[in-house]
Amino acid sequence: MIEIRGLEKYFGALQVLKGIDLDVAKGEVLSVIGASGSGKSTLLYCINGLEPIQKGSVIVDGTDVHAKGTDINKLRQKLGMVFQQWNSFPHLTALENVALAPKIVKGKSKAEARDIAEKQLRHVGLDDKLNVFPSALSGGQQQRLAIARALAMEPTYMLFDEATSALDPELVGEVLDTMRLLAEEGMTMICVTHEMGFARDVSDRVAYFHQGVMEEIGPPEQIFGNATSGHTRKFLANVR
Amino acid sequence: MFDYNFHWRPVLKNLPDLLGAGLLTLQVAVLAMVVGIVIGLALALIRMHMRGPLYWLATGWVELARNTPALFQLFFFGFGLGAFGLHLSPFAIVLCGLSFNCAGYLAENFRGGFQAVPETQLRAARSLGMTAWQAYTRIIIPQVFRIVYHPLTNQLVWAVLMSSLGMLVGFRELSGETQFFASRTFRIFEYFAATAVIYYVIVKIILLASRLLAARLFRY
Ligand SMILES: Nc1ncnc2c1ncn2[C@@H]1O[C@H](COP(=O)(O)OP(=O)(O)OP(=O)(O)O)[C@@H](O)[C@H]1O
Ligand SMILES: [Mg+2]
Repeated sequence: MIEIRGLEKYFGALQVLKGIDLDVAKGEVLSVIGASGSGKSTLLYCINGLEPIQKGSVIVDGTDVHAKGTDINKLRQKLGMVFQQWNSFPHLTALENVALAPKIVKGKSKAEARDIAEKQLRHVGLDDKLNVFPSALSGGQQQRLAIARALAMEPTYMLFDEATSALDPELVGEVLDTMRLLAEEGMTMICVTHEMGFARDVSDRVAYFHQGVMEEIGPPEQIFGNATSGHTRKFLANVR
Repeated sequence: MFDYNFHWRPVLKNLPDLLGAGLLTLQVAVLAMVVGIVIGLALALIRMHMRGPLYWLATGWVELARNTPALFQLFFFGFGLGAFGLHLSPFAIVLCGLSFNCAGYLAENFRGGFQAVPETQLRAARSLGMTAWQAYTRIIIPQVFRIVYHPLTNQLVWAVLMSSLGMLVGFRELSGETQFFASRTFRIFEYFAATAVIYYVIVKIILLASRLLAARLFRY
């Protein structure tokens, strides 16, 4: 369970998150939508400790992410993250991309790490690309590689930061399908997304962010059909 | 008019000495590169991530190394320190001077290399639970190394050629040794011509080795 309480985040004088309260239960799929600059990416970075916070707390399975004594590298193993820019490691093959962290972070043997990597690459449909370098993969394939790489750490939660928005339109589908598959398998997911279809069909809840505030959260039917906040309605009217 | 008679025999006789001196040249250049890489990497990281006295020290180093004659840098470690009663051996003077110079140039190469690797690579690595050390040694530096590989090769070539300044501080590397024999026999042209060929061969060997190594190292 992820518990966010009174989270405030500043970049210098600019307040980017203005007191966020949010719980994400195991097995839940939460989509986060909102205009550019509303703080969606920053929220994800605060959840896995890539950005420090100024106020409030983020608790993951009982551990305070931002507390002094927290072993953040250990905690991050629970929190897989997929970025907008797919960030494959260009000097490693697909297999090595996925096997590296299990090996050096979790201390798996070479053979174990290889097995895990093969399994996850099969999972995302890249089993025919094991020994290929990222430069020879399409954007969609690289993004699926990034998903496999995160899954190889056997995370409890997956954080997606606009995983499809840097992709050519014809490559979006394969990545969304992979995310759908994970959701069906019961993975707990927080997906920052501009794909309203995905948010509506796949998520249990949708959160709308507006200028650092979580304006509204609820089941997709409510957000898309019957939003209470004027900002939410306006945003949705513009994206559709 | 042109009545100079070439005499190659003395050069041939001293060829083993010249080749030995060539090895010394290669040795001091390689050592200076090793020192230069370590210090250059440190200078680059300091300049990218630190403020205050260390930053200014690193910046001063890079500025001096790149914007003053290499010969003066060598003289500093020779006559400069000598004036303060610190007398280094000719080998040490050349090693220090070259290392100082290489570190300054390499620092800028490394800095460019680090800037060419997207910052998101570090985030991605850290998000997998890697420590900062793991992320740097397994993800960032291998990519930087690839970017600076050819500049590194060029710098080694430059160090080999620059080490010839060593003869001006009494170091009997290839040029110093050549000077020594040339002035003893007055066959100045012959000796320096032969030495030029030796430099040429050394450099070509370095370039070839570098290319072969690159083919093995870089798979992508
Ligand atoms: N490292 C940073 N330094 C300073 N300001 C930042 C930094 N990262 C983000 N910001 C600012 O914080 C605000 C929120 O950014 P964030 O990236 O979280 O928005 P977002 O909702 O993800 O937007 P987008 O849809 O464009 O990705 C923006 O105003 C942005 O300019
Ligand atoms: Mg964003």
